[in-house]
Amino acid sequence: MVLHPGHDELHGITVLIEGASGRTYVGRWHERQERGVVMRDTTILEPGNDREAWLAKLRKFGVPPEHKSFVIPAAEFVSVGKF
Amino acid sequence: MPYPELMIAPMRAEVTRLGVQELKTVDDVDAALGTAEGTTFVFVNSMCGCAAGGARPALAKALATAAVKPAKMVTVFAGQDLDATARVRSYLGEYQPSSPSAALLKNGEVVAFIHRHEIEGRSPEMIAAAIVTAFETHCA
Repeated sequence: MVLHPGHDELHGITVLIEGASGRTYVGRWHERQERGVVMRDTTILEPGNDREAWLAKLRKFGVPPEHKSFVIPAAEFVSVGKF
Repeated sequence: MPYPELMIAPMRAEVTRLGVQELKTVDDVDAALGTAEGTTFVFVNSMCGCAAGGARPALAKALATAAVKPAKMVTVFAGQDLDATARVRSYLGEYQPSSPSAALLKNGEVVAFIHRHEIEGRSPEMIAAAIVTAFETHCA
């Protein structure tokens, strides 16, 4: 039973988004709006950190919901893939 | 904010009719998880149709096919039974909260965890296979 009719296909899916700033975002895609991508329960890796180690920890222990609701500005969005 | 119980009841029943004990209070959780001996499977149920709609049928498939099963199987409903869910998560160590999800504990330690991101977009058969693998690895 799907309870979220009308949303795009990534709605509710945990995704990895590359940012133009070099940040990496992992969280649940909620929806795309003109201002950017609305995310839920998101964690962010700042540039210069060990991305592989960070991703490995997320895969083992899950995604810490550091930002309950978060908008990645349209200009920041580079690419998205399923986590 | 919890949903109307009328909406939730069928989702609870989809799990409890499999013989999985539902934990609705902190005391229920402590009684079930406070004793650290043996294997306990914890299914974190969820309203979310995106993922829980696949996870519940997966659990049914897994329990129908697994050659070995944990000594105890319990469930809690995230977003609905808030205190009980928070208490369950206190037993899961470093593992981050997500729902739906599932954990297998052995002697009080998490030995397998199926995160929401490992459930999303996967068929019930694929999720069931992951549950069965966890059972066969740790409950034999």
